[in-house]
Amino acid sequence: MMRAVLEVNQATMQFGGLIAVNNLSMTIGNNEIVALIGPNGAGKTTAFNMITGVYRPTSGMISLNAQNITGLKPNRIAEKGIARTFQNIRLFTQLTVAENVDLAQHVRLKSNWVAATLRSPRYRREMKAVHERTDELLKYMGLTDLKGELAGSLPYGKQRKLEIARALATQPSLLLLDEPAAGMNPSEADELKELICGIRDRFNIAILLIEHHMDVVMGISDRIYVLNYGTLIASGTAREIQNNEAVISAYLGVNDDDA
Amino acid sequence: MKKTKRLHAALTLLLLAIVAAILYAIEGNASSYVLRIARLCAINMVLALSMNLINGFTGLFSLGHAGFMAIGAYTTALLTIPAAKKQVLFMIQPLVSPLDKLTLPFGVTLIIGGLLAAGLAFLIGLPVLRLRGDYLAIATMGFSEIIRVLITNMQGVTNGAQGLKSIPGSANIWWCYGVALVVILFIALLTSSSYGTALKAIREDQIAAESMGVSLYFHKMLAFMLSAFIAAVGGGLLASYNGTIGPDMFRVAQTYNVLMIVVMGGMGSITGSIAGAFIVTIGQEYLRVLDGPINLGFWSTDGISGMRMVVFSAILLLIIVFFRNGLFGTKELSWSAIGRRLRKMSGHGEVKG
Repeated sequence: MMRAVLEVNQATMQFGGLIAVNNLSMTIGNNEIVALIGPNGAGKTTAFNMITGVYRPTSGMISLNAQNITGLKPNRIAEKGIARTFQNIRLFTQLTVAENVDLAQHVRLKSNWVAATLRSPRYRREMKAVHERTDELLKYMGLTDLKGELAGSLPYGKQRKLEIARALATQPSLLLLDEPAAGMNPSEADELKELICGIRDRFNIAILLIEHHMDVVMGISDRIYVLNYGTLIASGTAREIQNNEAVISAYLGVNDDDA
Repeated sequence: MKKTKRLHAALTLLLLAIVAAILYAIEGNASSYVLRIARLCAINMVLALSMNLINGFTGLFSLGHAGFMAIGAYTTALLTIPAAKKQVLFMIQPLVSPLDKLTLPFGVTLIIGGLLAAGLAFLIGLPVLRLRGDYLAIATMGFSEIIRVLITNMQGVTNGAQGLKSIPGSANIWWCYGVALVVILFIALLTSSSYGTALKAIREDQIAAESMGVSLYFHKMLAFMLSAFIAAVGGGLLASYNGTIGPDMFRVAQTYNVLMIVVMGGMGSITGSIAGAFIVTIGQEYLRVLDGPINLGFWSTDGISGMRMVVFSAILLLIIVFFRNGLFGTKELSWSAIGRRLRKMSGHGEVKG
């Protein structure tokens, strides 16, 4: 068994009377690409929000690299090594492309604000490394030419890429992608598949993605988890999921006569 | 690249020299009236920049400025008024010791006032920085009023509603512009550092910033305390500039006065606040003629006091209508920006600088 990067152990998220995620357990191994799928409102994004600390799970435990991170604040969890993108892109629109990526490395900065304001030699050294890493990530994502542009002025597809670059800049061990293929045409989706696999190999990280684009999900996922009404109804490889009765009925509905 | 950097540094030094020369000329030749306005410009610059740090750069709508200014103003006043004068001032109730004997150099009192305000900002920030938008504005405004009410009632420390008089006028033109220069440099360096980017990221999108590892609590508190510190320094300058202070000086209207400069210049623009401070301060004086008798031929008046504020408000409205983000927006007037503009005008197509 390979080393588990993320372990979710019977996590439940309850909002008043609504149980958005019920007893979710899942494991993501090192270097694995795992997809979380399910019909609209199944609780996928809620699961993401629990993992990244936006919500504190009502019960259950989440651990990253064998370290308990349940209930930590989002910035602490990011520091520990989980980075994410958002379903509806959340870039710092009035900052430049480069600044967006620089900012993601702010948490790794050792100089305090006084040293930074006074531009201490150590701060300069640190920032030089930050800028180099930014350049490297932007080059990898094909955004080098747009470095000085405001993030908000980028076309949609580039904004998605920038969001991934920004997430990678935090040096995560787990990358969460919330519907990266949303709004992409088939050829763009193909490109995205290559990009995601490339990121996994190059940065040697685990990736968890929520996606509705089945071509993308089936094409790149090592394993798939399926949520419906907050409950895990299936997990397994793409082939196993495609033939799973429960999954098919969750997506297509059950014929009452047969049931 | 290095060459342009050196050119810009040289231009900055040249500009500073010109400003210093102008100040020197004003100090020697101009009337005391002009001198006062010039000093007020610098003080307003300091106040506007401190508010811009929290409202413009960090995107937290805080309206507690008058309170922090009051703390700085009272600290400076109480620590610079000579002991003999204090005895005369505190008629109703004597000033508590050791304040009654203690006097300190002006510069030291500015820093003490700043530290006190920053400490208070920390205490206020603990509960209110969790709030957002309008709620934060109302909560900070409330705290500012509490400070004013406390000042009004702490007879033995602040002399209550009687206020404080005969504050030594240490804040000459060099003090005012010296402090303004330090504040400008500090804010420019801070906001262009990685910490400044974090503040702007919080302004743009809190959720995303937090997900990228930025501690909202730390960075908001940092901006809030620094803003309070600088506001108190501005308040100290103002106390010395005015010579007399009282609780009524630090009503919410004082906060709005500073806010007006920040909004006019552009939230999140340092050069905007500098320009705004000059425009508002000089404008308010220049329009004073409107308060006097007016004769337009078909209509005449013996003078309506407050007329200039009506006109001034109208001008402000026009600015807000036509420049929704203030005169500068979040942009800065920098040498490279001027260079780009010049090159564009001279037709050298090359826009990227």
